[in-house]
Amino acid sequence: MTRKGRRLTLIGVALCVIAFAAGLALYALRDSIVFFYGPSELAEKDVRPGAHLRVGGLVKPGSLVKAADGKMSFVITDNAHDVAVTYQGQVPDLFREGQGVVAEGVLEAPGKFHADTILAKHDERYMPREVVDALKKQGRWQEGGGGS
Amino acid sequence: MIVEAGHYALTLALALALVQAFAPLWGAAHRDEGLIGVAQSTAIGQFVAIAFSFGALIEAHLVSDFSVLNVAENSHTAIPTLYKITGVWGNHEGSMLLWVFILALFGALVAAFARALPPVLRGNVLAVQGLISAAFLAFILITSNPFARLDPAPFEGRDLNPVLQDLGLAIHPPLLYLGYVGFSIVFSFAAAALIEGRVDAAWARFVRPFALIAWSFLTLGIAMGSYWAYYTLGWGGFWFWDPVENASLMPWLAGTAFVHSIAVMEKREALKVWTIFLAIVAFSFSLLGTFLVRSGVLTSVHAFASDPQRGVFILLILAAFIGGALALFAWRAPLLKQGGLFAPVSREGALVLNNLFLTTSCAAVMIGTLYPLALEQMTGEKISVGAPFFNMTCGALLIALCAIVPFGQSLAWKRGDLLGVAQRLAVAGAAGLCIAAALLTLTSGGPVLAPLGAGLAVYVILGALSEIAARLWRGGASARIALARAWGLPLSAWGAAFAHIGVGVTLLGLAMTGFGAETIATMKIGEPRAVGPYLVVFESAQPRLGPNYRETVAKAAIRKDGVVVATVEPAKRFFPARETSTTEAGIATLDLGQVYISIGDETGGAIAARLYWKPLVTLIWIGACIMALGGALSLADRRLRIGAPARAKGAIAPQAAGAQ
Repeated sequence: MTRKGRRLTLIGVALCVIAFAAGLALYALRDSIVFFYGPSELAEKDVRPGAHLRVGGLVKPGSLVKAADGKMSFVITDNAHDVAVTYQGQVPDLFREGQGVVAEGVLEAPGKFHADTILAKHDERYMPREVVDALKKQGRWQEGGGGS
Repeated sequence: MIVEAGHYALTLALALALVQAFAPLWGAAHRDEGLIGVAQSTAIGQFVAIAFSFGALIEAHLVSDFSVLNVAENSHTAIPTLYKITGVWGNHEGSMLLWVFILALFGALVAAFARALPPVLRGNVLAVQGLISAAFLAFILITSNPFARLDPAPFEGRDLNPVLQDLGLAIHPPLLYLGYVGFSIVFSFAAAALIEGRVDAAWARFVRPFALIAWSFLTLGIAMGSYWAYYTLGWGGFWFWDPVENASLMPWLAGTAFVHSIAVMEKREALKVWTIFLAIVAFSFSLLGTFLVRSGVLTSVHAFASDPQRGVFILLILAAFIGGALALFAWRAPLLKQGGLFAPVSREGALVLNNLFLTTSCAAVMIGTLYPLALEQMTGEKISVGAPFFNMTCGALLIALCAIVPFGQSLAWKRGDLLGVAQRLAVAGAAGLCIAAALLTLTSGGPVLAPLGAGLAVYVILGALSEIAARLWRGGASARIALARAWGLPLSAWGAAFAHIGVGVTLLGLAMTGFGAETIATMKIGEPRAVGPYLVVFESAQPRLGPNYRETVAKAAIRKDGVVVATVEPAKRFFPARETSTTEAGIATLDLGQVYISIGDETGGAIAARLYWKPLVTLIWIGACIMALGGALSLADRRLRIGAPARAKGAIAPQAAGAQ
């Protein structure tokens, strides 16, 4: 094989791998992006039911109801709008009323959300209360969830 | 007093680092051996100063000196001594100090052991290392001083974050940093080569040990972190594609590519420019990881309490080093003499393919990690890129890579015989196919990917072994000759084989998780529940008091065929100092698999519990250990040993020849 031929082979193989990777990335990005909304954004944006998304805010004090079979329901609020969440399973150690939470799941109907994963922060210090308050005043709540 | 001394030592280290950054650079440019010599003493002096400073902070934590802000915020008199020490790097300031400590350690290693290096290269390497050190020392002193005092001092500390009160904190960060920061040396070598405008096989021989050290530690660090997350978070998962995990995976992927491409450079003097580029990329990803974790741009398990000033400072360091190195690369790389090309079907060709797969998968991880950040900056829209994205891109690419690994290892340098290699690998391939087919029929209707993954893993393991076997029994040698050959085989060959076996073992562990079982249940005491082939019964649930926590411990018996094979004690701990609770999973290792039990609340004699059966799950981490062992074996290869006097002279010879 000539020098030029070898170089062309290398470049050709490289392009194939990169095209393959780019194709995969684009295809995968389309399906596995999950949008994050606060309760107010969710109300404003008029998200269609059935969408897979993340909702974040505070667990409304007094809203947590646990049933005997491990099912539970609670309300995520940003003190302007509420989202009712149902969930079955164990919750993270730091999940409690009045604390920040991120729920990932499916919007069943406007204002009704079924979570399949609950994320809570791992340390209350990572999101100081002042910041939470400031964000709440703007009607926004930054994602305060742990990665797991 | 000792705290102030520690602070002073840190400032002194900064001064030394600044001298180290500029004097040898000047010396190297003007061929002034005296000035170049400054680098070694400053590197060692800097290490001693930072070591003292680090020791001072440990001392402050040990004696619970709450007049130091860092101790008051992250320690408590009641926590066990081990956690008092590990708590030193369980927070931003202290872990930054550990970071620069390891940075200085590597600098001192170069200074102490690399006397064989040509003086100009040594001067430049240490100068770049000094520059990195100076930047991070300035960062610590200006934005994150671990020695800041608190007045009045509180009577009691705020306690170490309970999640961190674990043996994992003693092991995971030091290992990870040894890996992360170890790539700084590789980066410095690359920058030095660019400054000098010359790079050759001897350069590769000097860098390779450092790259292998960094790579091995990074492998162990990531594996340890994954295992820690697995047993401590109580969710049974070991990899979450969390941005910070990705931040450690990216330098690993780039570093793995580097370790392979430098082999080509050492043996065949090819891929020079590419190898230099990879060296820059690997450390750039380490810096990017540092930025992601410290700046608070993302929220994660690993995020430290953040301060915008710090983020900006690290971003500046990041931009200066990555931008500077890439600019240097663009300017100087054309000066590097191009190596020869080679046949596509050859060991070199296979390694190029390996590099392609590793770098593209690295790019995929980078897109998935940074895309949400970029999108939020540009449109304000918040998204998260989930695990499916990474599995589909990075996962698919790495699996494709696994399929070609045994080929690459078996192909000869220069010109390989693809057909011959395929014949040699036929046994391994057939074994893999048999395993996959057998698993598919046994678990018909079950998962499809898991058996295929297991088959691929078997093929990778046997493929790595068959290459070694082919070398030992070449020409139908007897067992005795084979044994003699095994002894004589270069350790780097064993290293490569072990590293690849490790890849296969980890892949096998990952694939077998597909056969696992999971149950979420509220279980009464004494009520058995099946998970996989086992029955789990809670025998009791009792409160218990620990040194700085109280816990509810459930005693669970794991039975198989009516016989109790293990008992575990999953617990829910409550730490009053921080009013937080943690979940302690109960894990029983049975035949390399694990029964994993984590409990939730206990109400009226019933316990909310998650039960998992994870067959062969330990192989994931055992495989990583085997990979690191492979790295260590390669490192021990006599040809590569740093400071082996007899050989070191030989190693300079080609360098001198190349200089003409």
